[in-house]
Amino acid sequence: MQRYDFPDALGHFGPYGGVYVAETLMAALEELKQEYARVKADPSFWEEFRHELKHYVGRPSPVYHAKRWSEELGGAQIWLKREDLNHTGAHKINNAIGQALLARRMGKKRVIAETGAGQHGVASATVAARYGMECHVYMGADDIKRQSPNVFRMKLLGANVVPVESGSRTLKDALNEAMRDWVTNVDSTFYILGTAAGPHPYPMLVRDFVSVIGEEAKVQMPEVIGRQPDVVVACVGGGSNAIGMFHPYIGVDGVRMVGVEAGGHGVASGKHAAPLSSGAGVGVLHGAKSYLMQDENGQIVETHSVSAGLDYPGVGPEHSYLKDIGRAEYVAINDDEALKAFHDCCHLEGIIPALESSHALAWAAKVAPTMNKDQVILVNLSGRGDKDINTVAGLAGITL
Amino acid sequence: MSRIAECFAALDGKKALIPFITAGDPQPGLTVSLMHGLVDGGADIIELGVPFSDPMADGPVIQRASERALVHKVGMKDVLAMVREFRKTNASTPVVLMGYLNPVFVMGYTEFAAQAREAGVDGVLTVDCPPEEAAELSTALEAAGLDPVFLIAPTTPEARVKEIARQARGYVYYVSLKGVTGAGHLDIDDVARKIAALRAHIQVPIGVGFGIRDGATAKAISVTADAVVVGSRLVQEIEAATTETARERLTRLVAELKAAIV
Repeated sequence: MQRYDFPDALGHFGPYGGVYVAETLMAALEELKQEYARVKADPSFWEEFRHELKHYVGRPSPVYHAKRWSEELGGAQIWLKREDLNHTGAHKINNAIGQALLARRMGKKRVIAETGAGQHGVASATVAARYGMECHVYMGADDIKRQSPNVFRMKLLGANVVPVESGSRTLKDALNEAMRDWVTNVDSTFYILGTAAGPHPYPMLVRDFVSVIGEEAKVQMPEVIGRQPDVVVACVGGGSNAIGMFHPYIGVDGVRMVGVEAGGHGVASGKHAAPLSSGAGVGVLHGAKSYLMQDENGQIVETHSVSAGLDYPGVGPEHSYLKDIGRAEYVAINDDEALKAFHDCCHLEGIIPALESSHALAWAAKVAPTMNKDQVILVNLSGRGDKDINTVAGLAGITL
Repeated sequence: MSRIAECFAALDGKKALIPFITAGDPQPGLTVSLMHGLVDGGADIIELGVPFSDPMADGPVIQRASERALVHKVGMKDVLAMVREFRKTNASTPVVLMGYLNPVFVMGYTEFAAQAREAGVDGVLTVDCPPEEAAELSTALEAAGLDPVFLIAPTTPEARVKEIARQARGYVYYVSLKGVTGAGHLDIDDVARKIAALRAHIQVPIGVGFGIRDGATAKAISVTADAVVVGSRLVQEIEAATTETARERLTRLVAELKAAIV
C-alpha cells in the first residue's frame, strides 16, 4: 500500500473534499483549521479527550462475538464493535466531545448542530450540558416526527431543537439551516458538525475524533482472535462511524473494508440514499466535492431510507476517495434487509441495534454464509436501536 | 472592454443599481419580461439567480424563490435560454448569473462558460466557490470572456482580500453583514469604513448587498459603494404581486431605488 496521507493542506482527498462555502464562513473555517493544528500537536488536549472518553463515555467499547447468529448463519464469525454501549448510545459522542473541547479552547460559548436520527443532536446536547454551553440543534421536521424520543432527550438535556421546514425536511436541510445559523452568528458560535463531511477541516477532524473506534479494534481483535479481522464493515450515511472504523485499518494489508449504504426500496427504484454504490456522479454540496445524488440539472434529489441517519444524498469526501482507489468497497442494503437484520440481532443476540447499524449487520449476515468458519467479519455496531422502536412498531402496524 | 466594465465606465462616477431576481420565479415564462421591467426601472446590471435545491447562503425569501422556480424544474439550460431571449432586445445591460456551484459543475466548466457566453451572460458569481477552489472555473470563464465575480465578507481578512482582488473581474460583491440574504440590520458606518479599506487593494468597482431594503438604505450605501445590490426586497415584491402586476411593481420599486442612489 502506498503512503496514505490525506487530506492535503487545503482539505482535498484526491479530487474530493475542499472548502466550498460562502466567503462569510472562510475566516471561521480558517480559525478552526489553525486551532485544530495547534491542538493536534498538543498532548494535553488528547489527554483530556481520552480522559473524557474513558470516564464519561465508558470507553473502550468491547468487541463481542455474535456467536449464536454466526452459528445460525453457518459461515464466517461475526463480531460486533459495541459503539451502542457508549454513553448516549452511539459513536456520535466521540466526535461531539472532541469538537466541544475544541470549542472550549476557542472560547465559544454557543454551539449548534444538525441532526438526522437525533443521535448527533443528543450527543451535542449532552456535551453542551457537560461543558456549560448554549446548544441549538437543527432537525428536519420529518425527522422530528420519526425520532421523537431523541427530540425529547435533547430537550431534557437543555438544548433548543429547531424544526427545519425547508426542502425535504430531513438531514440535508438541517445542515443547510445550521450553516445559515453559523454564517449569522459566526463570532460567538461553534458548529459541531456531526459527520465526516462538510468543508475542510471537518472531514479530517471528525475522522480523527472517531478513529478511536478502529484504533481500539486494532488492539482488541488480536487479543480475542489472535489476529486482525478479514473484513471490517460499517454503515455509511455521511460516513463518520465508517471512517472511524476504516481509517486506522487503511494501512493494514489483508483487511477488507466494506461500507454499507442505504438501499431504501432498492437502488433500481431510485428511492435510496446510496451515492457511492448506485453509480451517482460527483458534485458539490455542503462545503465539499464528493459523490452526490443529483439530477441532470445538478439539483440535489430527495433520498429515502428507513433510517433517518442514513437518509442523506452526499457522503464524506474521504469515502469517495477510498472508493476510487479501491481501498474500500461500497454496497447497498435495502430497507427490508436491514429490518430483518434488526430483528435477528434482537432475537439471537439480545441486542437492539440502530436501524443505521442494521444495514451493516445485514451485509454481514448476507455474506457470512459464503465465507469459511475461521474467517472473521467485524461489524461496527454504531448505535443502539431504542430510538427506532417507534419506527419499527409503525412498520408492523403497531402504535406504541 | 467587457459589458460590465463598459457599464461602469458609462455611469461616469454615478452609482450602479444591481437588482437580483431568481430565474423562473414565479414562473419561467415571466422571467424575461421581469428582466426588461428591471431595466425599465433603471437597472444598470441584472443579477439573475440560478435556482438551486440547497441554497445554504440564502434566507427564507430567496429560498422560496428557488423553490417556486424548481417546481417548474428550471435548470441551467433554461436560465441560459432566458438570457438569450433577453438579449434579443437588450444588447447593453450586463447580466450576471448568481448561484451555487453544483449546477455549473455538473455541466462542466468549459461547456458552461461557452454556452453562457453564447447566450449573452457577462459575469458569474458562484456563492459557494471561494478563490481557493475557483482557479479552474475562473480560467474557463475568462477564456470565454466572462467575468468571475467574487464575494467579500465583513470577516474576510486583508490577505484574502488581496487574493480576491487578484482573481476578481467585473466587480466584487461586498456582503454588508454577517448572515444570509434578506437578514438583519445594516451598519452603514461600518460598511463605509470597510469599503474605504477595500479600496487599497480592489481595483474593480465594489458593489454592496445584503440588507438593502428601501431608498434610504440604498442611498446611504451608494455614498461609498460603486454599486448597490438589492435582492430579497425585490423577490418579496414578486411574492406579493400577481403574474399580471409583477413587472409593473418591480419597475416601480427599481425606479424608486434608482432615484434614491447618488
